Amino acid sequence: MSGLSIQNLSMRFDLPNGGHVQALQDVSLDLKAGELMSVLGPSGCGKTTLLNIVAGFLAPTSGVLELNGHRVTGPDAERGMVFQQGALFEWMSVRENVGFGPSMKGTPKKDKDDTVNHLLDVVGLQDFKEKAVYELSGGMQQRVALARCLANDPDVILMDEPLGALDALTREKMQSLVLKLWKETGKTIILITHSVEEALLLGERLLVMAPRPGRIHTEYRLPFAELGVGQDLREVKKHPEFAVKREEILGMIWDMEEEIMGRTEGEDA
Amino acid sequence: MIPFLIYVGIFVVAFFVVKAIAQRTAIADYGSLKTVTFGDESAVTPNRAASIISVLTIFLLWGMFTGSALLPKFLHAPGPFMGTGTFEYTASNGDETDTATVTVLVHPIDVETEAPEVAAGDGWAKDDSVAIGVWRSGLLRVDRNDELGRDEGVAVTEINGTAVSPGDSVDVGFGTVTISDKGTPNIIPAKGWQMEPIWLPAPEAVVQRIGEIASAGFRGSTLWEHLGYSLFRVVVGFFFGALVGIPLGYAMGLSNWFRGWFDPIVEFMRPVPPLALIPLVIIWAGIGETGKIILLFLAALWIMAIAARSGVSGVKISKVHAAYSLGASKAQIMRHVIVPNSLPEIFTGARVAMGVCWGTVVAAELVAAEQGAGMMIMVASKFQNTDIVIMGIILIGVIGFGIDMLMRYAEKLLVPWKGKG
Repeated sequence: MSGLSIQNLSMRFDLPNGGHVQALQDVSLDLKAGELMSVLGPSGCGKTTLLNIVAGFLAPTSGVLELNGHRVTGPDAERGMVFQQGALFEWMSVRENVGFGPSMKGTPKKDKDDTVNHLLDVVGLQDFKEKAVYELSGGMQQRVALARCLANDPDVILMDEPLGALDALTREKMQSLVLKLWKETGKTIILITHSVEEALLLGERLLVMAPRPGRIHTEYRLPFAELGVGQDLREVKKHPEFAVKREEILGMIWDMEEEIMGRTEGEDA
Repeated sequence: MIPFLIYVGIFVVAFFVVKAIAQRTAIADYGSLKTVTFGDESAVTPNRAASIISVLTIFLLWGMFTGSALLPKFLHAPGPFMGTGTFEYTASNGDETDTATVTVLVHPIDVETEAPEVAAGDGWAKDDSVAIGVWRSGLLRVDRNDELGRDEGVAVTEINGTAVSPGDSVDVGFGTVTISDKGTPNIIPAKGWQMEPIWLPAPEAVVQRIGEIASAGFRGSTLWEHLGYSLFRVVVGFFFGALVGIPLGYAMGLSNWFRGWFDPIVEFMRPVPPLALIPLVIIWAGIGETGKIILLFLAALWIMAIAARSGVSGVKISKVHAAYSLGASKAQIMRHVIVPNSLPEIFTGARVAMGVCWGTVVAAELVAAEQGAGMMIMVASKFQNTDIVIMGIILIGVIGFGIDMLMRYAEKLLVPWKGKG
């Protein structure tokens, strides 16, 4: 069976003061190969925890996580990760960063160079390949991060707010790039974001999570990602359904935030 | 006090002069358009003119107050009196009074000089002469050659016509004459404002001394051998310190057990000044090379261990995560992520450690050594060879500065990504 399968995943850990945190409770979902899923939720809803478990950086306290039929027990090249920022290796050039995965695997130099060159063309950084990564702008750095992840040809790409630190214009361009890469490579992608618009644009499936304990609140299936491929994303945003969904989800998250605030105030009293 | 006032004067005058010149030739760069400069740290850059004038001023003052030949005469502070001066004394035993002249020849200290010959003159008090080294003073028993002396109840009653009694001083033009308790004139030629070379030699004397010691050596070793020994000890001590300290720091950064085991030792040894270890090291290892290198090893060890530890702990977890999910093994992460990520910290530590080692080696050589920069100035000071001491201090400073510059340059070359993560 191909794809990612998550069954009854729970994550609970003890605190030094004797209490405990239920970061995730009974999360189950199946992701078919090639699906693009965005995850949205207020802070503390466990979305980053979920991503870290899928990446293999954290072990769940219960539940099963399988990729293409085998259990996930730790980090592996089959699950690539793109971080918000600062995860590039600043002691390496752009070319060396992108070629990191193949180098670790011991790919022959020629194959590696071909892969790197191809991906630098795809993300439009061919002219910058010998530059140090700290000489690039934030948007360019994230394009390097995307290329570095793709160079390894992973089955699943996990993105933890990859565009969170970019300015609005760069962010829009990068959203188009992510859609383009998704369509061209056919990778399974899970993308975490704080932006409702981004979640709508970059999710065939949109998962809204709720906090305390972290759980899946609602799941949507959306047409916008498909519409956005090869089209100006601003046109997609004009879609009447887009505004409706955006308001609905925003309202949902606002309610959750208010509930948290109310609960915290209640605890304080 | 006077040198200090001159220094402040030059500081203030130079400020206004440079400012006036700068205003005339002002370039309208971005910084000059800032209206708020007070409190804007980025607007405060070192004024290069001030730096140059500052250094020149130090040499100027040094030259002025040592009568340096490098400066034109009119810039010199008043020097000590040199040459021949005279004064008259009047001796009396109550009944008889006579006057005689004393000729004083003030000569450079390093030139052996006989008292000038003078005619005895008339009367029972005979004329005297004396040779006194510059900056020195001399008691002169003026009555010794007189027909009537102290034994006959004769005492000096007047100097240059001024009545004196024991304890009084009289200005005689080229200096002062003080009557001692026993009635002997003490001749003190004017010392001027310049420093005597045994306290502060002129700059050219120090430069000349560098040349002499560089060619002839000092205490059986040439200057380069002395400095070379010091540098050799620093380099070897630092090398072993880094060789042990860096892996130790890595182990402490990567393993709980190592961290727990070595934390108390490192945290205790870090604040112990290496200088405090000198006595113990001498007891254990003697004053030879072994002792020095052990001391410098200990000086560098903790600094390097702590630098390597914080370099490892400072790695962003997302970088390690990224490397893992790109398929890197533990060894590959160590080599391609943790080591390069910790290099900037290690270089900073190495710079600090080299500075500390250089200071420690000089101090250790001051205490006991056969060769070395510290030994050189220590031995020279015992013989009041101030020029060698100053030369040594300058060379030690220059080498310390050079080491730091070299480390900075190496850092720029080898870890250009420092602070860019």
